[in-house]
Amino acid sequence: MAQLSLRGIKKRFRDTAVLHGIDLEIGDREFVVFVGPSGCGKSTLLRLIAGLDPITEGEFVLNGTRMNDVAPSRRGIAMVFQSYALYPHMDVYENMAFGARLMGLDKAEVERRIAEAAQMLKLDALLKRRPRELSGGQRQRVAIGRALVRKPDVFLLDEPLSNLDAALRSEVRLEIAKLHREIGGTMIYVTHDQVEAMTLADKIVVMNSGRIEQVGSPRELYETPANVFVAGFIGSPRMTLVDVTRDGNRLGIANGGSVVMSALPQVPALKLGLRPDSVRLVRDADAEGLRAVVEYTEYLGDNAFVYARLADGTLLSARTTPNDLFAPDEAVTVQVDPASTHFFSAEDGRRLVLGGAG
Amino acid sequence: MSAVGTSYYDRKGILGTLGRDGLLQIILIANSIIMLAPIVIMIFSAFKTTPQIFQSPFGFPDLTQVGNFVKIWTQTNFLRYLLNSFVVTGASMVLILTLGTMAAYALGRYAFTGAGFILMFFVAGLTLPLKLAIIPLFMLMRDLSILNNQLSLIFVYTAMGLPTTIFIMTGFIRTLPNELEDAARMDGASEARIMWSIMLPLVRPAMVIAGIQNVVPIWNDFFFPLVFIQNDALKTLPQGLTTFMGEYTTDWGVLFSGLTLSAAPIIVIYIVLSRQFIAGMTSGAVK
Ligand SMILES: Nc1ncnc2c1ncn2[C@@H]1O[C@H](COP(=O)(O)OP(=O)(O)OP(=O)(O)O)[C@@H](O)[C@H]1O
Ligand SMILES: [Mg+2]
Repeated sequence: MAQLSLRGIKKRFRDTAVLHGIDLEIGDREFVVFVGPSGCGKSTLLRLIAGLDPITEGEFVLNGTRMNDVAPSRRGIAMVFQSYALYPHMDVYENMAFGARLMGLDKAEVERRIAEAAQMLKLDALLKRRPRELSGGQRQRVAIGRALVRKPDVFLLDEPLSNLDAALRSEVRLEIAKLHREIGGTMIYVTHDQVEAMTLADKIVVMNSGRIEQVGSPRELYETPANVFVAGFIGSPRMTLVDVTRDGNRLGIANGGSVVMSALPQVPALKLGLRPDSVRLVRDADAEGLRAVVEYTEYLGDNAFVYARLADGTLLSARTTPNDLFAPDEAVTVQVDPASTHFFSAEDGRRLVLGGAG
Repeated sequence: MSAVGTSYYDRKGILGTLGRDGLLQIILIANSIIMLAPIVIMIFSAFKTTPQIFQSPFGFPDLTQVGNFVKIWTQTNFLRYLLNSFVVTGASMVLILTLGTMAAYALGRYAFTGAGFILMFFVAGLTLPLKLAIIPLFMLMRDLSILNNQLSLIFVYTAMGLPTTIFIMTGFIRTLPNELEDAARMDGASEARIMWSIMLPLVRPAMVIAGIQNVVPIWNDFFFPLVFIQNDALKTLPQGLTTFMGEYTTDWGVLFSGLTLSAAPIIVIYIVLSRQFIAGMTSGAVK
């Protein structure tokens, strides 16, 4: 059982404020992913939850108990570090046994737990090796194993895949998902790879400069991003954000065409959010739509993405079929599917709902 | 890539092939000879009688002629001096390394007000010529009534050794990844346990460096025993060996064999410890 509540968490290092008030509820057995750009405070928040750094202000409550002043090892939380932080002078077995012994478990129980973890993570053959004799992927599994033997309620993983190569990364990603299903603990996972976030998470927490921008399921974040930051962060290629001026139901961009929408939020100026799927490129230069010039095409086999520069300078990405590739410098018209277009306030970047005043 | 490689080899002339490396080798060999010569002469002389030493100072001795060693072992206080040196040096090293490592761990790892000042205070000790303070030190030892007592030496040596040790160890500890301690903390280790089970094995290379740095001057020190110790039974080796130098005659052979024997432990320690300079002790911990 693990129910975490973060209430108004703030963190300052001397004079620099890093977290500016984090409120978050995490349920039992949830897989929560913190995403955000580098330096936004993901690791800091994780370390506060772990108890490695003191919380400056606010409350962290785990299963109804205030944890602010509880020692890290008493919180029932285990952490997998970005650098793995395996003890270099101990072999794999000792690395896993160190924490288990300190929990006061008897010898047989320690052995049993290590055997169990080793089997689950396919470490049986490696138990007598030192960390430096292991590959990156193996070290990573040892680091997870070390957390596992403590049988914590909550697992914290700080960018656990960032030191692995791409192929291994997707493999270990699957293993982590499987592990979560098997052991069923609450997992908090930090990454700045949004593919990891989308594929693993029950709930994604998007952070930016020490604040939470939005919390939601991968689907919610993709379909209804709360603001331009989330819109630009989730989804690959990124959503294109275009400043448009409004004239009735007609939205225009600076010196380069316009589109007509049937319904619009009632604000004078807004930003249009266009996913690669919600636009269509046509070669007809006189067609209704936004003018653009193709810059380059990414051919991915089953798919292709075209990047075109809109007349106001914004780079737009569009999905096309591999049979319909565009040449660089080709002039195109961008047609927009009104149904899948997102609208944001031009002032504060918040999502605008159709018909609302924003 | 290959183009760069080829042109590099193309440019190599005679100097290129024998070249920089060859020159370096010559310098290194010459340096080794210059460094080793006195030691070799000392060892050679240990096997010669005094007349032989003066007749052919550089000649190769008869290595079966161990009379000097027998004499020094049986007819002098050499063993006593050796033991004293071991006691004084050993105790000083234990104190230096324990205190130094503990202080360095605190300075390197805990951010507390005044940490910088304390480190500077220790490092300032590097610049202090302790021998200039010999008179106040003498009075201090007298007041503590440990003159003519090995404690006086141990205290002075510990004070002498701490600055370098703390300097070396603090720098080294700061390079160790923080996450190791965090991991141990998550595992439930107390601070003492982290120090003992995690940090100590990792800082061993630095401790060896600090140890070697300190053990040689302490073992060889002549000055402080000369001032603090009068009792012949408490003398250390360098001081004791001078008793072999008579006012009118000196048995040089015996003196050299004493020097050889007194240098031997340090050389052995050095060789054994240098195996400990294992590069990349921490490799595999992170990344
Ligand atoms: N001990 C510290 N003292 C002062 N500032 C710190 C400290 N630790 C982190 N910071 C600052 O806090 C901010 C957030 O750091 P944090 O490590 O949490 O970022 P992050 O989101 O994990 O980034 P990344 O994705 O690069 O790991 C950064 O601006 C960093 O400079
Ligand atoms: Mg981080």
